[in-house]
Amino acid sequence: MAQYLVKRIMQLIMVLFIVSLLIFVFTSVLGNPVYLMVRENASEEEIQKAMEYLGLDKPLPVQYGRFVKNALKGDFGMSYMYHRSALQLILERFPATLEVVIVAMLLTVIIGIPLGVFSGAFPKSRFSRIVMVSSIAGISLPSFWIGMVMILVFSLNLGILPVSGRGAVGSILGIETSLATVDGWRHIILPAITLAVQNIASIIRLTRGGMQENMRQDYIKFARAKGVPRRKVLFGHALKNTMIPVVTIFGLQLGSLIAFTTITETIFAWPGMGKLLIDAINSSDRPIISAYILFVAVMYVFINFVVDILYTIIDPRIDLNN
Amino acid sequence: MFFVLLTAIFGPYFTVQNPYDLSDIQLADAYKPPAYLEGGDAKFILGTDQQGRDILSTIVYGSRVSLFIGIVGTLLTCAIGVTLGLISGYFGGKIDALIMRIADVQLSFPTMLIAIFLMSLLGRGIANILISLALVGWVRYARIVRGEVLSVKKQEYIEATKVIGLPNFRIIAKHVLPNVITSIIVLSTMQVGSFILTEATLSFLGLGVPVTRPSLGMICSDGYQVLFSGLWWVSIFPGLYIMLIVFGINLLGDFLRDELNPKLK
Repeated sequence: MAQYLVKRIMQLIMVLFIVSLLIFVFTSVLGNPVYLMVRENASEEEIQKAMEYLGLDKPLPVQYGRFVKNALKGDFGMSYMYHRSALQLILERFPATLEVVIVAMLLTVIIGIPLGVFSGAFPKSRFSRIVMVSSIAGISLPSFWIGMVMILVFSLNLGILPVSGRGAVGSILGIETSLATVDGWRHIILPAITLAVQNIASIIRLTRGGMQENMRQDYIKFARAKGVPRRKVLFGHALKNTMIPVVTIFGLQLGSLIAFTTITETIFAWPGMGKLLIDAINSSDRPIISAYILFVAVMYVFINFVVDILYTIIDPRIDLNN
Repeated sequence: MFFVLLTAIFGPYFTVQNPYDLSDIQLADAYKPPAYLEGGDAKFILGTDQQGRDILSTIVYGSRVSLFIGIVGTLLTCAIGVTLGLISGYFGGKIDALIMRIADVQLSFPTMLIAIFLMSLLGRGIANILISLALVGWVRYARIVRGEVLSVKKQEYIEATKVIGLPNFRIIAKHVLPNVITSIIVLSTMQVGSFILTEATLSFLGLGVPVTRPSLGMICSDGYQVLFSGLWWVSIFPGLYIMLIVFGINLLGDFLRDELNPKLK
């Protein structure tokens, strides 16, 4: 275990090093934010002053050294647009993003896995066929389109759910969250569904594939012959052995959900960090972009770590040291 | 799928107007709902947008851009991925280690995020999208090809060909590529679909194609701005068409996978 932890931490450092280098090279070589800050007809002197304020007048290696030193302290510089600490801005927006992601993940598990189990166990039934065709449709839909249809149907035509924003926030365990109020739930449900559709579809396909394979195995036939109830065979025996790939994809999906929040949040004007990123890109707000990418990189390494730990719990045969 | 392709190739000859030719559109035609609704005009079957463009025509023109990006992007990705995979597997050593490390780091990030990041650096443009897509997509090809090269390399007949002095290139072409060609066909089919979706999403975020050559995603993005004033058809129909295209591609991919995979038979 200790050996594994060391390996993981080394990997984290390596990923962060490469990512930070890439971010730095790209952001310093491409696009100059100075021209966004100064007046349109600024004089040379004003431009020079702004460059000095941002530290852009120093040579590149010096800039990188300073970038890493500050990043280690959690300081990615002031956002050019908000004139506040970039990391702080992201951390402020993080709970809003996290709650949409959590609700979307819950929907994925509650809807995706049972449907996948069912259509894998009874592939010939009409219901399974409908599920399969809809799941292919689900992975073929652009997520922004789902969002627009949701807004159109539930907000504009039926008028039962709000169009955008986060609604009232309440406090659970000292954390401000929309999940604590009814109004918050009314706001979160459309973005969460929009985010979840593609995930549900791919979880269904994956679970179904694994189930079909497992149902053919002898131990399932044996369990059935022994008289184990059908539900227990499906969820106890077959599903358990399908879980490894499902957990892997789950980890990957959690990552891609965070990426896709940029779209969902843009459509629903949800004040999370995805929208912050898109706004920052549109205004070349480098500190926010760098802070976001590094923040997300750390998060992904962490998610992969948790997934690895989960493997050993699901399947004790897996040895992480190899 | 044939229908989609035919529409993209020959469609412009049948549409009522070229939506991006200013002399062809009339502002008086703006805000028309689809023909089957009250106030619709039979000339504009799916209605018109705020500038009087026929939605059906924008879809036809947009699908050309979307399909072009999906198909050319996949070919490019495939070429890069296969080449790197061959190099990595055949020569091994440091090059192999370097390529696979890069692949590992890249795989720990979702493709969408990398694509967003790349596009924000490169700026809008069709060539830039193709570059971004190729940069996010090559890893899967490289891995498949590398794995196959490694397993082929160990077999005796390869040793034999080396002994009789066949050049590297011939060994690779004759013995490795035939083994991976089916996986690559299946992967590429799916890749076209996923690239079309990625491109649509990027364009929707304003990080995709230039305004002058809108793809289906870009049209949706424009339409989204008037969604709240009741012009739902401007964005909903193009989105539906994206789904139709990608749905068709995915069905084809599933079919090919089942047909070409001898293990499932």
